[in-house]
Amino acid sequence: MVARTTLLIGTPKGAFILDGDASRRDWQLRGPLCEGWAIHDISVDPESGAILAGGASPWYGPAVWRSDDAGATWTHSSEGLTYGDDGPKLTTIWNVTAAHGAIYAGVEPAGLFRSVDGGATWEHVAGLTNHPTRSEWQPGNGGLILHSIVPHRTDPARLWVGISAVGAFETRDGGLTWETRNRGVRAGFAPDPYPEFGQCVHKLVMAADGGEHLYQQNHCGVYRSSDGGEQWEEVTSGLPSEFGFPMAAHPRDPMTVWTIPLNGADQGRFMPDGSAAVWRTHDGGESWIRSGDGLPQHDAYIGVLREAMAVDGLDPVGVYFGTSTGQLYGSADEGRSWALIADNLPPIWSVETMALG
Amino acid sequence: MAEGPAVVHMPRSLVALFPGAPRRLEARGITVAEVIDDLDRQIPGVRNRLLDVGPVLRTHLNVFVAGVRADLNTPVPPRAEVHIIPAVSGG
Repeated sequence: MVARTTLLIGTPKGAFILDGDASRRDWQLRGPLCEGWAIHDISVDPESGAILAGGASPWYGPAVWRSDDAGATWTHSSEGLTYGDDGPKLTTIWNVTAAHGAIYAGVEPAGLFRSVDGGATWEHVAGLTNHPTRSEWQPGNGGLILHSIVPHRTDPARLWVGISAVGAFETRDGGLTWETRNRGVRAGFAPDPYPEFGQCVHKLVMAADGGEHLYQQNHCGVYRSSDGGEQWEEVTSGLPSEFGFPMAAHPRDPMTVWTIPLNGADQGRFMPDGSAAVWRTHDGGESWIRSGDGLPQHDAYIGVLREAMAVDGLDPVGVYFGTSTGQLYGSADEGRSWALIADNLPPIWSVETMALG
Repeated sequence: MAEGPAVVHMPRSLVALFPGAPRRLEARGITVAEVIDDLDRQIPGVRNRLLDVGPVLRTHLNVFVAGVRADLNTPVPPRAEVHIIPAVSGG
């Protein structure tokens, strides 16, 4: 049987699904799904195959959606997705990630929730909110949001999260206690450029090897860690900008990641010089390779947000990204050349892949 | 308990979230809060869509009882018409 890739897309006007053929050249669009809710993140539970989508309606509030039939029908729930009647109002879901029999939801204002019944009910992972630094957390431009959730590959007790503009945290006891994981990461906008926390992590990803090897795209550079985030090493050199949002890791090669530099936080946040490109490294960030082949090279003032890049598991790997102006580009050769897959979508907030057998 | 249930009119965008839910149904309660509790018994999960922490009605939803804008404490007379209407401010 030939494997096919399906692309899951989250937008402020609902979720969409693009079903690809075996060549990854022809794509059929379905949607809008999730009743047009603003979907920040859409992902797949690797164990059940369910599609999960997190976001909010301006009228009906936040919820996590679930489909067990590849997007044909959906249910939703927010039961337990609350800080309580005395707590702050939970405005939306920024990340939904399933692993080890649980589903995690990262929310705004920043916090983590967990479901162990497939998303029907949720419980607050209070250990993170109770971290002694909590009273000093400050929002980034997108709000005080928990946007990255990275499970350990084999150890269900270990999990990393990324919060803007607070930084990375890790738990090793299933969420009871958390430690900051920001050593070596610059906060160029702060009086102390290397604080314990206060870094503006934009996206955390895990490399393809055992579970200690992480990368991050930050407001202030690109970083890698080989010890679970206890120490980070900056690998920005060779990129045209330290600023960007998305990052994706190769499913098999731990030294290969892709990122999309934008020109700068205070310069419009589009691709440098209006020339679209995805950059990749094959040596863990020691060197970077630009590819704009197939992408617009002139007058392209486009941006890509933190969840809007994904890879599939095929060989060669397919790489996909969506723009904040509604174009979706794909590469079937690991990012060497690109083609427009879909256009005229709403602003794309999230891209994920799903394999169909 | 009031004599005769209220008649609740639900917006398209709300019933679309609950496959099979009707646009118009009867619900019992002497306040809007109690009527919503009864709605939630009939359509599990609908309370979470209507109420925010507090609890209060969500910011961009309006409830009218017999044509008058209501809050959660507003009395619901027997057989009152209750309309749940998304506010244009939410769109």
